[in-house]
Amino acid sequence: MKIESAVDRKTLIIRVAGELDMLVADEFRRKIDTLMERNCTKNLVLNLKGVNFIDSSGLGAILGRYKNITMGGGKVVLVGAPPQVRRILELSGILRITSEFETENDALEAM
Amino acid sequence: MKIRNQVKLSFMSVPENVPLARSAAGAFAAQMEFTLEDLEEIKIVVSEAVSNSIIHGYDNDPNRIVTLLCTIYEDAVLELVIEDEGKGIPDVPKAMETAFSTDPERMGLGFTFMQSFMETLKVESAVDKGTRVIMTKKPPRRVAASSELISEEN
Repeated sequence: MKIESAVDRKTLIIRVAGELDMLVADEFRRKIDTLMERNCTKNLVLNLKGVNFIDSSGLGAILGRYKNITMGGGKVVLVGAPPQVRRILELSGILRITSEFETENDALEAM
Repeated sequence: MKIRNQVKLSFMSVPENVPLARSAAGAFAAQMEFTLEDLEEIKIVVSEAVSNSIIHGYDNDPNRIVTLLCTIYEDAVLELVIEDEGKGIPDVPKAMETAFSTDPERMGLGFTFMQSFMETLKVESAVDKGTRVIMTKKPPRRVAASSELISEEN
């Protein structure tokens, strides 16, 4: 798994690539939590364009960030999930609680 | 039922082996006529079952053994068996309920995915003895491609 980040005002942008499973779930969690805190950001844009596999450990890590961030009054939105990943996000119910955008710019405008 | 092909993989209960196990199962299943979506689902269910063995069966103890047995039977059925000798599941029906998880950061969707992506799912578990998850899936019935139909008519 590779993670890149950027900050736009109060929003942290995370670009993930690779497989989101139990092997990387902790690192994913830790990195995002640390970056949110360090940059004092309130919202999260999660760009999943480079993700080619996700299972319930990966879904759990996303849901955990969603819970923390929304409890703090922030928003979590998803960008660019490939079809096979999007299908799993949909089955899990995550797409019912988060908004989805095609590009990071669209997502940032909605913040 | 006669076996057409079989692979057995025994590995230490470390997270690094989760991607290995699901890739092996996916590659093994690829010799059957599964769709790409089916192969993706097979990788997910193996990932879920192996993660369960490591996290729940062995409480993340890295020095135990998980076994994956992949079999193709003569009637074109794929069977996947994931087995551990861990602490077992005291209440299997409860563990299989959607959104049941002992860990708030996991979604409790593992068994739900296994149920929805596979044709059959059986969970055999005994406390302090271990858990065996047995799943089967059949490739979709082959439909002749339209180009083949046209060439036959000509």
